Amino acid sequence: MDKFRMMFQFLQSNQESFMNGICGIMALASAQMYSVFEFSCPCMPEYNYTYGMALLVVPPIWFFLLGFVLNNNVSVLAEEWKRPTGRRRKDPSILRYMFCSITQRSLIAPAVWVCVTLMDGKSFLCAFSVNLDIDRFGNHSLITGMSEAEKLKLLARIPCKDLFEHQEIRVAATRYIKCISQACGWMVLLMMTFTAFLIRAIRPCFTQAAFLKTKYWSHYIDIERKMFDETCKEHAKSFAKVCIHQYFESISGEMGHLHRHHSGKDESEEEEEKKSDEDKLLGIRVQDDMNKVLWNWHTCKPALALRKDQTDGENNGKMNGGANGAASGFVNGHAHDVAKKEWAVYYSKI
Amino acid sequence: MERLKLVLQYFQSNSESISNGVCIILALVSVKLYTSFDFNCPCLPQYNKLYSLGVMIVPPIILFFLGVLVNRHTGIMMDEWLRPIGNRSKNPAVVKYLFSAMLQRALLAPMVWILVTLLDGKIFICAFSMSVDPTLFSGLPNNTGLDVMRIMAKVPCKEDVIFTNSSFRKAVSRYVRCYSQAVGWSILLLLIALGAMGRLTKPCFEDHGTFLQTRYWSNYLDVEQKLFDETCVLHARDFARKCVVQFFENMREDTILHLPHPSFFTNCKEEWEDEEEERLHGVTKEEQMNQLLTEWFDCKPELDVTRIAHRPTMCVTWEDREGRTLYSDV
Repeated sequence: MDKFRMMFQFLQSNQESFMNGICGIMALASAQMYSVFEFSCPCMPEYNYTYGMALLVVPPIWFFLLGFVLNNNVSVLAEEWKRPTGRRRKDPSILRYMFCSITQRSLIAPAVWVCVTLMDGKSFLCAFSVNLDIDRFGNHSLITGMSEAEKLKLLARIPCKDLFEHQEIRVAATRYIKCISQACGWMVLLMMTFTAFLIRAIRPCFTQAAFLKTKYWSHYIDIERKMFDETCKEHAKSFAKVCIHQYFESISGEMGHLHRHHSGKDESEEEEEKKSDEDKLLGIRVQDDMNKVLWNWHTCKPALALRKDQTDGENNGKMNGGANGAASGFVNGHAHDVAKKEWAVYYSKI
Repeated sequence: MERLKLVLQYFQSNSESISNGVCIILALVSVKLYTSFDFNCPCLPQYNKLYSLGVMIVPPIILFFLGVLVNRHTGIMMDEWLRPIGNRSKNPAVVKYLFSAMLQRALLAPMVWILVTLLDGKIFICAFSMSVDPTLFSGLPNNTGLDVMRIMAKVPCKEDVIFTNSSFRKAVSRYVRCYSQAVGWSILLLLIALGAMGRLTKPCFEDHGTFLQTRYWSNYLDVEQKLFDETCVLHARDFARKCVVQFFENMREDTILHLPHPSFFTNCKEEWEDEEEERLHGVTKEEQMNQLLTEWFDCKPELDVTRIAHRPTMCVTWEDREGRTLYSDV
């Protein structure tokens, strides 16, 4: 049972936990980036709003796209979407499920950035300081006699500590805008949590059985892809092994150990070791032969087609592809004879 | 390290322990959130109360929703509540038990936030500094030209210039903080008293036997759900493996059946060759492989592994020319 649990954890870890981990790391990276980033408001009426809003909006978009890039499931989704129907029909609900889960994970880091930016308040202060009604903070004497443009210039300097002389007004205005910014931040967080709550907690009311089905098949697609890659790798390894073997033999001219067999079951270990060393030579024992092997490997690589008589071994019985039925051939009396290639077989399906 | 592992294992041992663990983590997150949040009182008469009450109420609502979301019991409860009856009767007591357990756990983090807020006092000061009677304290700054309300509204802001060299602000803050802490401790006392009363009087209202049953069956539902998910994952892996192997074998050109060697033909081939053959699944040429790879995209195989899953086991009988049986699996 423990082994099962470990295996299950390993399998799960390849799919969801890994993506959750990436998601968490990106959220932390987003918060860290904000704290490291040096916010410097331009303090000019024409650029304040653009700078403030850009800093609120552009990095989330960047994190969202990065989330898509880092998510392996995007290519699985694209492949499943684009493939011809063939013998397996396409289920749009699976595509929707995969897209939703990818999107949900990619939205977390942008949400963290937006919340942290709003709670900190600097970008709101930069963007909206020109819209302040400065009378509210007392000291009307400050702006009497100023033209509109001058007033705007003065207000635009509020976010910059060093440029605005009247500290108490600056502090009061900063506090006011930061309040509004934090209120917006909390509202955004509340809305997102409420939406997530609705989706997660209320969803079972609607489509539970269909949801289980789409979840299983979308995991299956991912696992199948991995299995296919694994099988291809194994196959390539075996292909290469046999191909190289055959290549060596074709150079050495010997049929080597492929057709050698031992007559007795009892052999000493030493003999076996000696024989296996011999086997590893693959029939190449002379310097010239080895040079030929190495030269031809570059100038005349072998064809990508394994010889059937090697891989078949000594089995020449031709049967139908079906598993039932009976066929017969002949077997020679001697089990140990190399040259004979046939034997008779009865087989029955049990 | 060993102790940590033991603790983790204990928490993972049953579903209730996991929920408790998650609940405690959420409470810690709530405290951390409070300490890292930069509380910024507006110090304006119209907005103080609004801001403070907002900060005291909205985060607990968020934490409550989060508590419900991360709790496994939510999903199990919804499933059990909404499922059709089918072959298994429904027990409403289990649903009620799960609901109350989920609610209790989800309420912990919001309560922690509210208590920490009250015991710290900043928010109370921001909300209620204007309700304090300034005549109780000496040193009200009356040379600024601002009205009393405005001055009182500025009390939460330490760095404001009108309060330099004045102990008025500190006195008012301390006074309001007292009230805040008193309220906080009272709420804590009330909650603990309620909890203790509930625990003590529960046996009067509820049959312990029934309680044990509901607790068992709600834990069972959780374990069953986990095992179902595990089995699905393992099954998908098997299914995928067989589907892929079947796909490879369909690409075989020849129809030669590769039979296992009879056992008396010892060592006529190296073992590794048998393994390699098996792994090749009959695909031995470049064109075959190319066709295989193209078809994997263009024409995926159908989701049916009956043929390979239920391959008949072959029983082989070997005879020599005279018909004498040399060896038989039968």
